[in-house]
Amino acid sequence: MAVYHLTTPLSEEDVRKLRAGDEVYLSGIIYTARDAAHKRLVEMIEKGEELPFPLEGSVIYYVGPAPAPPGKPIGSAGPTTSYRMDAYSPILIAHGQRGMIGKGERGPEVVEAMKKYGAVYFAATGGAAALIAKSIVSAEVIAFPELMSEAIRRLEVKDFPVIVAQDSYGGNMYREGVEKYKRA
Amino acid sequence: MREIDVSQITEAVAKLCMDSNYYIPEDVRQRIIEMREKEESPVAKAILDQILKNHEVAAEEKMPICQDTGFAVVYVEIGQDVRIVGGDIKEAISKGVAKGYTEGYLRKSILLDPLKRQPNSGDNTPPVIWFDIVPGDKLKITVAPKGGGSENMSRTKMLRPSDGVEGFKKFVIESVVSAGGNPCPPVIVGVGVGGTFEKCAWLAKKALLRKIGERNPDPFYAELEMEILEEINKSGVGPMGLGGRTTALEVFIEQFPLHIATFPAAVNLNCHAARHKEIVL
Repeated sequence: MAVYHLTTPLSEEDVRKLRAGDEVYLSGIIYTARDAAHKRLVEMIEKGEELPFPLEGSVIYYVGPAPAPPGKPIGSAGPTTSYRMDAYSPILIAHGQRGMIGKGERGPEVVEAMKKYGAVYFAATGGAAALIAKSIVSAEVIAFPELMSEAIRRLEVKDFPVIVAQDSYGGNMYREGVEKYKRA
Repeated sequence: MREIDVSQITEAVAKLCMDSNYYIPEDVRQRIIEMREKEESPVAKAILDQILKNHEVAAEEKMPICQDTGFAVVYVEIGQDVRIVGGDIKEAISKGVAKGYTEGYLRKSILLDPLKRQPNSGDNTPPVIWFDIVPGDKLKITVAPKGGGSENMSRTKMLRPSDGVEGFKKFVIESVVSAGGNPCPPVIVGVGVGGTFEKCAWLAKKALLRKIGERNPDPFYAELEMEILEEINKSGVGPMGLGGRTTALEVFIEQFPLHIATFPAAVNLNCHAARHKEIVL
């Protein structure tokens, strides 16, 4: 289990050195999107429209934050369950997305795209939402404000703590970790 | 007849919505601390440490423990010697939810039309309200914000009577283990058995309000709760599904008599942010 400090945007080289179980502290710009926003992004790609942020090297965080209290850049902001994005992620990965942050295992269609193009799936701790908010320096809604908590936000993060849950070689903590601690 | 004005109910509900989202119940926190001591996986330990640290940050900064501040599920026990005055009690509760979620900077997660999936109600109303009439002249309100991730992994099943106790146990354990990391383990497992289709699901949710360590008063069911908990924690699922020995914090079973032809069972999962708070007026 290695520990890395990475800055976005991520290169294929950054992603390919990561293995399931590694600890990563992310800094730089990441974008938020949940299922409703993913659906729209994919529709925009299909229509050939310009996306609200550059996909190349991007990291998308699956989160619908709580409203920011006065004096804070954002409210509590933990990950949401990732399988709801499985239908959309392969298309975004094919267009340059390198990282995803969420919780829960990803399906085979996402894993295939991760292996083929070089992308990584990070797990953040679900429910550690007030703690995670502390690593978010600034937040700004950049698209789909009508989706409220589901709008796309541009987040500046510093040492955002995540674990490599599924890597670009098929390595998978949801299988390997569970197998290791299983008792008869 | 003791009179209670609806404005008191609105204020109480608003405060419960905020407090339940900021402060983790102490019994839940203590159980996480105990299980962290016994955890074998270093990744799992690190996750449990984050969860515990998060409780502290949330309480200090008055920020919600989890950004998913839930569907507001409100249980109201009305003493039969209480008279509600000053307006409509359902409206008063709904107003309290709107006030709590707005003034407390809690996330608004409710879509008004389930099939069109829009629009967002904007103030987290309506709540799900369950009334009960009980002896006495008090009014007890419990607010239990219920997150979507763990709700999605909940199940009901009409078992066959021939499935027996073993079939029931298997259904409960499989529901939790196959959910993996999705419901944010370590979870609390609420189980309903018996009754009708809807009564059974209701019991599974109501079970989640029990205090950690509070066993079913029937020794047979108490034993079963402990057995199922042990089995679940052998699964290896662990915190956030990344492997470990801490998969469930508790199993609570609530039973009800059933029809000779049926065997309904329900599992309602709660994430480790097992939030609920009550007040007696």
